[in-house]
Amino acid sequence: MIWNPEIETASRNRVRAVQWERLLNTANHVYKNVPFYRERLNACHLPPERWSSPGDLQKIPFTTKEDLRSYYPYGLFAVPRKEVVRIHASSGTTGKPTVVGYTRADLDMWSECVARLVCMAGGRSGDIAQISFGYGLFTGALGLHYGLEKVGAAVIPISSGNTEKQLMVMQDFETTILVCTPSYALYLSETAEKLGIDLEKLSLRIGMFGGEGHTLEMSKEIERRLGILVTENYGLSEVLGPGVSGECPYKTGMHINEDYFLLEIIDPVTGEVLPDGAEGELVITTLKKEAFPIIRYRTRDITSLHYERCECGRTSARMAKVKGRSDDMLIIKGVNVYPSQVESVIVGMEHISPYYQLVVKKDGYTDVLEVHVELVDDKLLESFSELEKLEKTVKAQLYRVLGLDCHVRLREPGTMERTAGKAKRVLDLR
Amino acid sequence: MIKQLSVFVENKPGRLAEVTGCLSEAGINIHALCIADTTDFGILRLIVADADAAKAVLKQRGLTVKTTEVVGVALTHKPGSLYSVLLELEKADVSIEYMYAFTSRSMEYDAIVVFCLADQKNALEKLKGHRIPFIDAEVIKNMK
Repeated sequence: MIWNPEIETASRNRVRAVQWERLLNTANHVYKNVPFYRERLNACHLPPERWSSPGDLQKIPFTTKEDLRSYYPYGLFAVPRKEVVRIHASSGTTGKPTVVGYTRADLDMWSECVARLVCMAGGRSGDIAQISFGYGLFTGALGLHYGLEKVGAAVIPISSGNTEKQLMVMQDFETTILVCTPSYALYLSETAEKLGIDLEKLSLRIGMFGGEGHTLEMSKEIERRLGILVTENYGLSEVLGPGVSGECPYKTGMHINEDYFLLEIIDPVTGEVLPDGAEGELVITTLKKEAFPIIRYRTRDITSLHYERCECGRTSARMAKVKGRSDDMLIIKGVNVYPSQVESVIVGMEHISPYYQLVVKKDGYTDVLEVHVELVDDKLLESFSELEKLEKTVKAQLYRVLGLDCHVRLREPGTMERTAGKAKRVLDLR
Repeated sequence: MIKQLSVFVENKPGRLAEVTGCLSEAGINIHALCIADTTDFGILRLIVADADAAKAVLKQRGLTVKTTEVVGVALTHKPGSLYSVLLELEKADVSIEYMYAFTSRSMEYDAIVVFCLADQKNALEKLKGHRIPFIDAEVIKNMK
């Protein structure tokens, strides 16, 4: 089912017209209400009344996480305090969190965005959705919560943690939609296996995963283990939370809610806007946000945009699975390495678990990449040479994908971090 | 044939202590063990009183464990007794993957040598008719 066919199947011209109209409104809104943007637009001699085409947006400087931090907490809000009805914040693992606010209309728009993604994934009224994201400042849980309710699904706000209880609820409440990070879905399946729970008997049919990216291989692995359709959705608190884009069962990329967000792809080094289909850093401008509009936010996420028609009938542009973050990218011996490339090799490989860690070290002046994997198959314990052969195979596969020699280390099962939140896969000791 | 336990252990301080600690808690006696030079990891081979119970205990701890069948040979403590066994293996064209030996005052033999033979099934076939004092699992079970 398409939640809002009028916009989700609109012609490209119509989408562009809506975007242009809303972009001008947003420019006027921030110019009038946020000194930070007013100064910026004035500095590049582009107050809103001088904008003549969508291309003018490209002349406006980017907004960065640092900008958000320096106006902590409310400096970039565009409405009077009394109109704000909700406040969220990013996890703030490094320094102060970034704070975002929502008006009543923003919350409605957020539910609308998520409702579309729920239908896109195949969700409907009558579904029972278990939200295993942590409720709190993080936007993931409440974002999905209201969108699912809007569609008519029953929401179980179980929050994160207590995996055994999660599995009990999943069985007893007959959960049909699981909402969590892909890492946690994997951990749930692993725990279920350990507890001897028959996954075939679950009512679960759809996974709506987000909060961190995951590879196609990981998606297949979770589908295999849980016997469900795995879909990914994308968003970030700075622009809204979940609801920017999501996958339909055809998995041709994540359909973007283009009437609410304008997406650009730039070269992360030069900042230059790249042509359709090119891979680069995603930059987002909100088109309808009231409390916390944002112009050209640098997400640091690496992806690409695609416009070919999807079989599901939606005409919206789609973004590819996020390959990594431009600040996650490791440069090892001059080679660019994304953890997702390693994941694509490790997940689904025989004899080892889908968990991994990258450790980057210096040996003298040389960078060394260690890839740690867990040996879970006891069949190879017959002989030491079998284990060495496994190490060599993993190493050769990684070389094929990374073009880089790395040191593979077999670890004992359970030594890699299992998490309900975003997995930390990289340890850079340089 | 006797049962041997193989445990995957990472090469870092405390790992062997943890494995032996688990067995200690479960009251499982170790008759013999062997672990060779390793790099990042090794395979710890153990002969214990109750291999299946030991496997269950270690699995419970999340370790990667396997029981395998190996060959036990009883020897007397005098020059040439090991040589005579190895000579028989050579005659039968059987090679050895690894081996280790242990002794115990409570045994009816002076020593037991544990062999893991290359291509064990065929090797045993080849050794039929050769004079080798094999021991069976009962001997291990009855050891004190």
